[in-house]
Amino acid sequence: MAAINRDDVAHLAQLAHIEMSETELDRMAGELAVIVDSVKSVSEAAGDDVPATSHPIPLTNVLREDVVGHVLTAEEALSGAPDAEDGRFKVPAILEED
Amino acid sequence: MSTDATLSFEEAMEKFDPVLGFEVHVELNTATKMFSSAPNVFGDEPNTNVNEVDLGLPGVLPVVNKKAVESSILIGLALNCKIAESCTFARKQYFYPDTPKNFQTSQYEDPIAYDGWLDIELEDGTVFHVEIERAHMEEDAGKLTHKGGATGRIQGADFSLVDYNRAGVPLVEIVTKPIQGAGSRAPELAKAYVAAVREIVKNLGVSDAKMERGNVRCDANVSLRPYGREKFGTRTETKNVNSLRAVEHAVRYEIQRHAAVLDGGGTITQETRHWHEDTKSTTSGRPKSDADDYRYFPEPDLVPIVATREWVEELRATLPEPPAERRKRLQGDWGYSDLEFRDVVNAGVMDEIEETVAAGASAAAARKWWMGEIARRAKLADVDPVALGVTPAVVVELDALITSGKINDKLAREVLDGVLAGEGTPGEVVEKRGLAVVSDDGALQAAIDTALAAQPDLADKIRGGKIQAVGAIVGGVMKLTKGQADAGRVRELILATLGVEG
Repeated sequence: MAAINRDDVAHLAQLAHIEMSETELDRMAGELAVIVDSVKSVSEAAGDDVPATSHPIPLTNVLREDVVGHVLTAEEALSGAPDAEDGRFKVPAILEED
Repeated sequence: MSTDATLSFEEAMEKFDPVLGFEVHVELNTATKMFSSAPNVFGDEPNTNVNEVDLGLPGVLPVVNKKAVESSILIGLALNCKIAESCTFARKQYFYPDTPKNFQTSQYEDPIAYDGWLDIELEDGTVFHVEIERAHMEEDAGKLTHKGGATGRIQGADFSLVDYNRAGVPLVEIVTKPIQGAGSRAPELAKAYVAAVREIVKNLGVSDAKMERGNVRCDANVSLRPYGREKFGTRTETKNVNSLRAVEHAVRYEIQRHAAVLDGGGTITQETRHWHEDTKSTTSGRPKSDADDYRYFPEPDLVPIVATREWVEELRATLPEPPAERRKRLQGDWGYSDLEFRDVVNAGVMDEIEETVAAGASAAAARKWWMGEIARRAKLADVDPVALGVTPAVVVELDALITSGKINDKLAREVLDGVLAGEGTPGEVVEKRGLAVVSDDGALQAAIDTALAAQPDLADKIRGGKIQAVGAIVGGVMKLTKGQADAGRVRELILATLGVEG
């Protein structure tokens, strides 16, 4: 059984900005351990001769020519924004310099 | 502001051995973004160069820009890197409004270029071998402008405005291996390294390479250790040091600050530091924390990039001459001394001189103009010589006008005034302002007679063999002709008039 405890889940939830209740943390710790174990069994099935892949389809070099295509207007870009000002997205200040 | 203690640089160097490391971000000058077909243009109205991909809207699919991959391979080759036969993209997850997707598409385990090196030559000719760990492809983030807040205000009142025009602009991040053994040359080496990278990407034509626009940005890592110890000290990373001078100053400052902390028995906190140009110091950013746990994973929406050896060799064949080699060649061609050539390089006019020479001027004349009159005017105007608006063609034409005797040096300066005032080419200015030298001997003779008559004593001295006194008469003639005479011809005519052998 993979060792995933409640603190691991709380840490991950914090990194992923997911709010979780005490009950959910308890439940997920158990469920995630099962999921990780299941994934592990796939790794066991693949021998050393099977390379790790990042993609299920054996495709490479899906590339685009460097030609300008579709562009939105600022109005369109901002149409889904909760708040905007001066043609820009307005967001709460994050206490961190960029 | 900063009240950090520092040791003098000399004392810091006596006690500690600095180790450096650099991450240089280079914005590529492709027409479109890294993963979207929106334009990659600097300085446009906010949020007018974006599409759904750049905004991270649901259901969009990124597609890799082929030119950006080729530019990245070229950078890798120019940095003497190996090019990965196959590489992938990865998601670097973090929450900050500059990245609407909440992840930056980057490369993690398998960068497109790795294991390179660059020989960096300092001003006195000392060469440092800098090893390159990797150069990987990624995308730039949007630009935040922080508003409100400030002193006495609750922070809740603050907000930021975001422009995503820069989001998705192709970036190549170049990471060095730890640089050891620089000693007291560390600040200089820092500046020279960033200058070399900027020069290389500019020379490749893959980036506009303007640091003031953020096309080339440097994060400088510094750590100190006692001499003789192999293990590195704790490092700090000074972010976004955005001019060559600032890179040198920031490294020097961090060395002095670290030295004071360590010398006082303290420990360095591993953290990012922010460089402040006004106070020439750094302040604490944020310490390493959970937020740096980026949970990278392979980007499922992008397939691997395979750089076939044929493709890499095709690109290698297009590499321009490396800047350092080019400088050696040009200095040889032009016959400048080391000092003369270094001055030319430092003044930033090497390209202009090359073009001027290619357009037909002699190397000596090109240097005379770019390092003389043009440099002088640039200094007065407080701009770079190149920014003054004088083109190599103008210099060539001015030089030809002088060589042919149509104007002299003094008139040439006036002609340049006219050119810079937008009155046309040097030839047109000569015409419009009537600046050609008086080469009509009749007109000159009249002026000479007047000048001689005005100073009969001098005329006698010259007749008596005091040839050097002729200069005063030449001066008189130049005054009478408002400088529009060929001084050499005037001298000949004066001597002939007085019947003296020159």
